[in-house]
Amino acid sequence: MSVSNKYETVVGLEVHVELHTNSKIFCGCSTSFGAPPNTHTCPVCLGHPGVLPVLNRQAVEYAMKAAMALNCTIADVSKFDRKNYFYPDSPKAYQISQYDQPIGENGWIDIEVNGETKRIGITRLHLEEDAGKLTHVDGGYASLVDFNRVGTPLVEIVSEPDIRTPEEAKAYLEKLKAIMLYCEVSDVKMEEGSLRCDANISLRPYGQEKFGTRAELKNMNSFRGVQRGLEYEQLRQAEILDAGGEVVQETRRFDDAAGKSFSMRGKEEAHDYRYFPDPDLVRLHISEEWKESVRASIPELPDARKARYTADYGLPAYDAEVITASKKLADFFEESLSYTKDAKAVSNWIMGDLLGYLNANGLELSDVRITGQGLGEMIGLLEKGTISGKIAKTVFKSMLESGKLPQQIVEEQGLVQISDEGAILAIVDAVIEKNPQSVEDFRAGKEKAIGFLVGQIMKETKGKANPALVNKLLLERLQ
Amino acid sequence: MSITLKDVEHVANLARLDLSDAEKAQFTEQLNAILKYAEKLNELDTDGVEPTSHVLPITNVMRDDVQKESLPIEKVLLNAPDEEDGQFKVPAVLE
Repeated sequence: MSVSNKYETVVGLEVHVELHTNSKIFCGCSTSFGAPPNTHTCPVCLGHPGVLPVLNRQAVEYAMKAAMALNCTIADVSKFDRKNYFYPDSPKAYQISQYDQPIGENGWIDIEVNGETKRIGITRLHLEEDAGKLTHVDGGYASLVDFNRVGTPLVEIVSEPDIRTPEEAKAYLEKLKAIMLYCEVSDVKMEEGSLRCDANISLRPYGQEKFGTRAELKNMNSFRGVQRGLEYEQLRQAEILDAGGEVVQETRRFDDAAGKSFSMRGKEEAHDYRYFPDPDLVRLHISEEWKESVRASIPELPDARKARYTADYGLPAYDAEVITASKKLADFFEESLSYTKDAKAVSNWIMGDLLGYLNANGLELSDVRITGQGLGEMIGLLEKGTISGKIAKTVFKSMLESGKLPQQIVEEQGLVQISDEGAILAIVDAVIEKNPQSVEDFRAGKEKAIGFLVGQIMKETKGKANPALVNKLLLERLQ
Repeated sequence: MSITLKDVEHVANLARLDLSDAEKAQFTEQLNAILKYAEKLNELDTDGVEPTSHVLPITNVMRDDVQKESLPIEKVLLNAPDEEDGQFKVPAVLE
């Protein structure tokens, strides 16, 4: 049974994004990923008695920038609160977070699913510190704690319960990731934990206004995992409701390998965080001038770029969406356009050969050496007839690996297209002489025979003869 | 507002404190005494006073995003109850 014909799924997402400041939010320790355990710690982030946190201005500005890019209203006055919980990943036994005066509120982003645009509300964006990392050892009886990550600045972005399908959830995360990358406030690498997502999901019969009882889903480690986790959870809840049961409000952990979610019992009672204002940190007054100076640093965002690519360059909406989903790819596209005016050709090479190669090999743009200049100039060589479309494929492949410019590759590998009529004619004549049977077949009306002759000529010239010229001269000779 | 034995048990549980019955009774009494003392503040006329989360008249205390040296790992682990591979070793808390 499918869920969709009976129940409507309601999803809200809580996304944590690590801000890529140089130092932690309340001390000078490095935030870089992958250092030996506990080597990026100090008395402040280890929560030693008597220390005082001092707020990192860059973290505040990144949070403001992210909030603005998500169309949030920025607070005039903001403050930090202590969220109290007892767990070994938190050395102070509280997390410095924001309770009732977050940096940003009431924002939105637009997502696109199945060609339709939908607006998803953003309830709030607040600034907080990350926790440490636990590794369970001794058969689960002990934990090792690495506090390097403690104090890394995070923004928590809470969506409205506007998401209706797992697919929309994935589209929301992809758009959020693109916006964070454009703003350059985070690396947004899910595999390094710099973007993490929890989901609240409930079902209600179609037409019912009141939300159903929700479950909170944790531990989804990829965008695909979020989609799978939600797909599993909506089926699980539908089965309970169909059987006349009631969904229990609880936290559930998604196990990606098993493709199932499991109840995390005992967590409910602990949800008493006893927030109170952190007396170690004074209030933040965000002036209009400060807001404006941060706002000025926000670059053109994916939606604006996409609109420009379809309007100014005539790209299909899908192509523009794919190219603008990554800032690096969009920058590459624009760099190419400094070297050729044919935006459609650039887009086609990106959508076809470039993304085809990257996806087939599991690579990112930064893993290959081709430049926008290289692609632009190669399209120029194609337009001028210096190289054929077939040779361009060879040149493109070579650029991916070597990063050399097309002119150099063409010269080094002797790939210049032969467009000299006399030279081609000599080869045409030689091929005609060697293949009298095919010539006779063609003259007898077998059109196909010409393909064989063209093939022979291209073989003689190692694919470098100008194909249009070969066709023209061969036809002239045969008539 | 007064603190009951139940409140003390709840808060002790959240803080992972294992209190004896005598301690629970003692803390209930002491916490109530503290609250009662603080109640004196309610005698003040605070009409027209803006609520605040901080008594100091300063705002926006911030630092530049500059890295500083961290503690050497030997010092970091000085307070560890137990250690393994440069990490703090603690009893597992089951989720």
